[in-house]
Amino acid sequence: MSKIRTVAVCGAGGTMGAGIAIVAARAGFSTICYDVAMPALDRAARQTDGFFAKSVERGKMSAADKDAVLGRLMRTTSLNELAKADLVIEAVFEDLSVKRELVGKLNNICPAHTIFASNTSTLSITEIAGASGRDDRVVGLHFCLPAQLMKLIEVSPGIATSKDTLAQAWAWCEAAGQLPVKTQDKPGFILNALLIPFNNDCIRAVEAGVADPAGIDAAIKIAFGYKMGPLELIDLIGLDTQVRLCEAFHPITLDARAAAPPLLRRMVAAGWLGRKTGRGFFKYDGNAMFGG
Amino acid sequence: MRYAIRQAGASRSFPQGDGFLVAATPDGEIVLHLGTPVQKDDSKAAILVELGTECLGVHTGEAAGTEGSNVLGFARYRNGSEAPSPLIELVRQPNSTPKAIAAATALFEEAGFTVVVCADQAGRIVDRLVRPKYNDALRFLDEGLATAKDMDVTCRLGLGYRDGPIERVERGGLANHYDVTAALFEVYGTPAYAPARRAVVAKQRRDRS
Repeated sequence: MSKIRTVAVCGAGGTMGAGIAIVAARAGFSTICYDVAMPALDRAARQTDGFFAKSVERGKMSAADKDAVLGRLMRTTSLNELAKADLVIEAVFEDLSVKRELVGKLNNICPAHTIFASNTSTLSITEIAGASGRDDRVVGLHFCLPAQLMKLIEVSPGIATSKDTLAQAWAWCEAAGQLPVKTQDKPGFILNALLIPFNNDCIRAVEAGVADPAGIDAAIKIAFGYKMGPLELIDLIGLDTQVRLCEAFHPITLDARAAAPPLLRRMVAAGWLGRKTGRGFFKYDGNAMFGG
Repeated sequence: MRYAIRQAGASRSFPQGDGFLVAATPDGEIVLHLGTPVQKDDSKAAILVELGTECLGVHTGEAAGTEGSNVLGFARYRNGSEAPSPLIELVRQPNSTPKAIAAATALFEEAGFTVVVCADQAGRIVDRLVRPKYNDALRFLDEGLATAKDMDVTCRLGLGYRDGPIERVERGGLANHYDVTAALFEVYGTPAYAPARRAVVAKQRRDRS
């Protein structure tokens, strides 16, 4: 049984943070949405309202339930407000020093029982926990995008994480209606450890002239029954994001396959960032997709 | 389009009784070699060689990047011992004739396959890309990153895959994974293709039986 009643999300003005806040509030937890700028939180609040409005339209929840969920969400730009939280989930910028600074500040604000969770996708939980002043109460909770729809959470204890912290975090995931899987505190955990090098291999195959992007995506989709090809997925993730993932992942693993391929860097330099700029491995015109 | 099949031994692309074999004619504009030596014939629209892990150049010879004719390679993708998929990887060389590529594509598409044209590189598209991922997953299993079940669940739920890497490579056969990765490792020489320990064990057990 989860002892957690109040959850705080740091970086709640971002896509991932806002999704995590939805997960928490929808499951009945009082949820504090923290970010450094109120406009980002306001934008996330509008998106959240729209998300639940669709849920009402589709008959997945009542209007009264929607109001109740929204009533459990509180927005703040004051870190001190997080003193009420039993669980703080950080989903701030994927930078070790930023995360370490945050947990260090939180340690001076939050009560001793508060658990700090990191949504990092590539960084070490142990390294983040090292700056927290409570490394036994820090755990990795890696959500998948979009967090409000995806059930999976990779749960990763750091080297000093206590059994009780892990058990509480696990119980919270289940209470929030999510499916936790346990992984070691290793770079990329399961998902990104498999996906980042694979995505890079696909980019290198384009660069090596094995086939064009449409051919590579078609082959993988037909062979495996995937709904989306790997290069289409990279376009969706953003080519700049793939570079950032590589830059976080490669120095730790020293796996040559995790290094950003030259073609990826050239495309980013050209402003071809994927769907968001209308061009990546494919061209996009609205929702229409053309071979690139 | 009429096509003839010259076959010696079992075909990985078209198991015995496959409708594609049944529909072949004694002679045709296209000739498919399933395990038989390639015979050049410029009068044909295309001559197609079924490939295993080897490159097309093994059958045609190579000429400093100028190779290519109406002889193409192909393989119907198959995960080890599982049933073949609808995917045909059609292998071309730098100077393969567009007419041969068009004819081969039309033939397979008329038979209901999806055709993807690729260069004559080891592993073609699918094995080149997925075998390192299977190796990673098998290594992670040995290193205790997570259980096999959790890795598979993570890939299914986190990426929307139909199956996870461990269950898939085990269904296809770890000894088969050894065979494919060993062939790729011989060409690329990079650690990504070195057969994973569990695949080596499976291969050694196969050798003992």
